[in-house]
Amino acid sequence: MNQDIYVVIEHVQGKVAEISYTMLAAARELAQGSGGQVVAVLLGQKAQKLAETLAADKVLYVEHPALEEFTPDAYLTVLAGLLGEAQPRVALLGSTTIGSDVAGGLSERMNAPMVSQCQKFQVDGGAIKSVSKICGGKIMAEIDLPETTTLVCMIPGGYAPEDGQGQGASVETPAVPELEGLRVKLTSYIEPEAADVDLEKEPILVAVGRGIQNEDNIELAQELADLLGGVVAGSRPVVDQGWLATSRLVGKSGKSVKAKLYLALGISGAPEHVEGITGSETIIAINSDPSAPIFDVAKYGVNIDLFDLIDPLLEQVKTAKG
Amino acid sequence: MNIIVIASLVPDLVEELEIDSSGTALDTSWLRMIINEFDDHAIEQAVLLKERSGANVTVMAIDQEGIDEVLFTAAAKEADRLIKLTGDFGEGANSHALARVFAAAIKDLAPDLILTGVQAHTNLDGAIGPLLAALLEMPFVGYVAGVKTADGKVIARKEYPGGLTGEMEVTLPAVMGVQASEEPPRYVAVSKVRQAMKTASIEELPAAALDPSGGLNVSRMYRPEAAGRATMIEGSEEEIAEKLIELFKEAGAL
Repeated sequence: MNQDIYVVIEHVQGKVAEISYTMLAAARELAQGSGGQVVAVLLGQKAQKLAETLAADKVLYVEHPALEEFTPDAYLTVLAGLLGEAQPRVALLGSTTIGSDVAGGLSERMNAPMVSQCQKFQVDGGAIKSVSKICGGKIMAEIDLPETTTLVCMIPGGYAPEDGQGQGASVETPAVPELEGLRVKLTSYIEPEAADVDLEKEPILVAVGRGIQNEDNIELAQELADLLGGVVAGSRPVVDQGWLATSRLVGKSGKSVKAKLYLALGISGAPEHVEGITGSETIIAINSDPSAPIFDVAKYGVNIDLFDLIDPLLEQVKTAKG
Repeated sequence: MNIIVIASLVPDLVEELEIDSSGTALDTSWLRMIINEFDDHAIEQAVLLKERSGANVTVMAIDQEGIDEVLFTAAAKEADRLIKLTGDFGEGANSHALARVFAAAIKDLAPDLILTGVQAHTNLDGAIGPLLAALLEMPFVGYVAGVKTADGKVIARKEYPGGLTGEMEVTLPAVMGVQASEEPPRYVAVSKVRQAMKTASIEELPAAALDPSGGLNVSRMYRPEAAGRATMIEGSEEEIAEKLIELFKEAGAL
């Protein structure tokens, strides 16, 4: 094992995913502790220019037509070879639709332990602790990283992505392994349907979560949104139930919003949702669970049963509007 | 098509979570356990595939208190076969160990497709799906929100940030981590579950011994500190509403 910190860069449709920069920022902190280098691993086809934005000491760029866009089989094959040979101190992957697809396979193939849901590291010389956020953000788990090569899947929130952006990394092009007989092929991307609203551009959002309880109650949120000149958005459970269109989903698989006012009604604040709202100016959370993680990101919170508050609130908003 | 769905229980996050006296694990003695919601979606997706193009659906789980109800509920949704793996799943039952247990049990069942939830909120050393796929030397696709069959292959709709979807053509046999089924998981009446308890049966298979290697040492578990916590608004409903009106005005919403 060496002391380098490897970061598996994620990109979709020619754009580097923000989590990659977050991981590069984390990698810098780890490398300062371990005394190794930050090495970015970039897989792609005609994607070398993406290397120019990565704050790494070195970029390993693997080019192959089968790597033009992410597929789990091709990435796993390349990364197992590359990381298996390099045996870095730590390899960082996103806790994302890309990283999570391959980390488990890498762990088995490399016989390397893996950590999920890491938000932050605590570095003390060579000793590294991962702080993972689990149980929908309600529990933190500190894990002593084993002293062998370890894979870590990261969630956003612990490091500033800007700190992972930079230039001047040297680029090396390692040999490409055989990529025949791949069992997963990307046939197409389907762009989200043109929606009635673009949540990313809406200044006022009234967002509902599981606490809204049933489809009929969405109307209450809609009424409030109408009065405030905003639109209704939602977290995963509400969209999965079919109570709101997918275009209204905020969070990991949905939109990252930058609202002036984000009113979270009955949203617990799981990390998957929170990563989509932190760009908002004022977050106000209303939730009946005093330990809901949403209160850790909101500016203002109300610990109350939503249905006790909604009627007086609607009344007063109507009065205020005259 | 032969489909296996792997289901498990997780603590209900609506309940207060406590840390046990070791300070390194959840106190499970009072926890209310419910089906991992992503596994529920995996079951629904399997049943949808069965309805559309015919399939034999097996739901498999390790023995946990409350798992029988989950299995019978799956039977009430027309799952064909229920398998419970028995053994000691206390100490060392991390994702790596459980993936090995499932891999050993599945090897001889010759599935075409294995569906499981994309993750469980308690996972610390990865989700079961990708580990299982590696052990069975099958391809894996996660964050799946829809599966269709086509000429001995399947087309999986994979979710990307921002609402983007990727269509992945996957050679079978394969493992998939389900994020959401195409339709919301169906509701089954308690009476139907009761009926399934009488007509369906759960096969018990002894699980292989746990091998937790690849797992982790948790040195501390705690609830997040209240750093940067929201300013809490208190008072009667009317007083709270008044304060919120002020905040709405400040934010330019009124």
